[in-house]
Amino acid sequence: MKVTANIRVFLKDGVLDPQGVTIGRALQDLGFGNVLQVSTGKMFKLELDAETEVEAKKIAGDAASKLLANPIIERFEVEVVR
Amino acid sequence: MKVGVVVFPGSNCDHDAYRAFKLVSGVEPIYLWHGSHDLENSDIVVLPGGFSYGDYLRAGAIARFSPIMKKVFDFAHNGGVVLGICNGFQILTESGLLPGALLRNNGLRFVCKEVILRVETDRPLITADIKPGTLLRMPVAHGEGGYFANHSDITRLETSGRILFRYVDSAGAVTSGANPNGSINGIAGIVNEDGNVFGMMPHPERASEAILGSSDGLALIKSLCLQVAGGAVAR
Repeated sequence: MKVTANIRVFLKDGVLDPQGVTIGRALQDLGFGNVLQVSTGKMFKLELDAETEVEAKKIAGDAASKLLANPIIERFEVEVVR
Repeated sequence: MKVGVVVFPGSNCDHDAYRAFKLVSGVEPIYLWHGSHDLENSDIVVLPGGFSYGDYLRAGAIARFSPIMKKVFDFAHNGGVVLGICNGFQILTESGLLPGALLRNNGLRFVCKEVILRVETDRPLITADIKPGTLLRMPVAHGEGGYFANHSDITRLETSGRILFRYVDSAGAVTSGANPNGSINGIAGIVNEDGNVFGMMPHPERASEAILGSSDGLALIKSLCLQVAGGAVAR
């Protein structure tokens, strides 16, 4: 079956995110005083052919570990949607 | 002695590296295409600067899976000498041949300027002929050059003398003002545990003639070539 997996990649806590800091500052300047912190990341949408959602999640996780995220500086989350 | 310069789609310092190594060794290097499966008996493999695969995903992330890199892994694991400059350094960290990662510069911009490097050790082949503490001038040109590694990797690099160079001011001091990208401890270049894989963000090949502003980079290339040609083994 065709399954969509969304993979979100973020920098790990403690890794400097200058883009996030700059965007956060810009939002503050625009009056978004409630925005305390901004983290930037990437999202990948994978269209997969998988037997089950569990299998799809595994394939997407493997792809993220091998290529989409760098485990030294990034963490990722996989969400499977039909 | 044979020097192989790898060419990825998007490499743009390959000709500079070719020229600098030719100048020093007197031998024509060879270009190695990223799709090739053969290092053609190279004694030194250079991963040059540039924007391999457009820097898509992360700098160096795609290049590390190119066919030639499988051969570079085998070569490095067998003690072969590999030098990664700028994007080449990013490829080496992405591939795991060197520890850590290169982060987006902390100053929010692509940095293209001359920096001063302090040579930290003369144990590795690339600095064997240079006195520790020597200051070298050469350019950096990168958007993602902030050296980062976890605490234990940094400690291991520091205590085992594997930091090759740090960014310093004209007095030779490590300061935040002299650090162009937010690298931890001002780290500009490192070597692997076996002493045969070198990575650095600054460009020695672009500092290879007085007319270019500096010829300090030649000292590194010369040291590496002399050591390898002389049969020195990595240490």
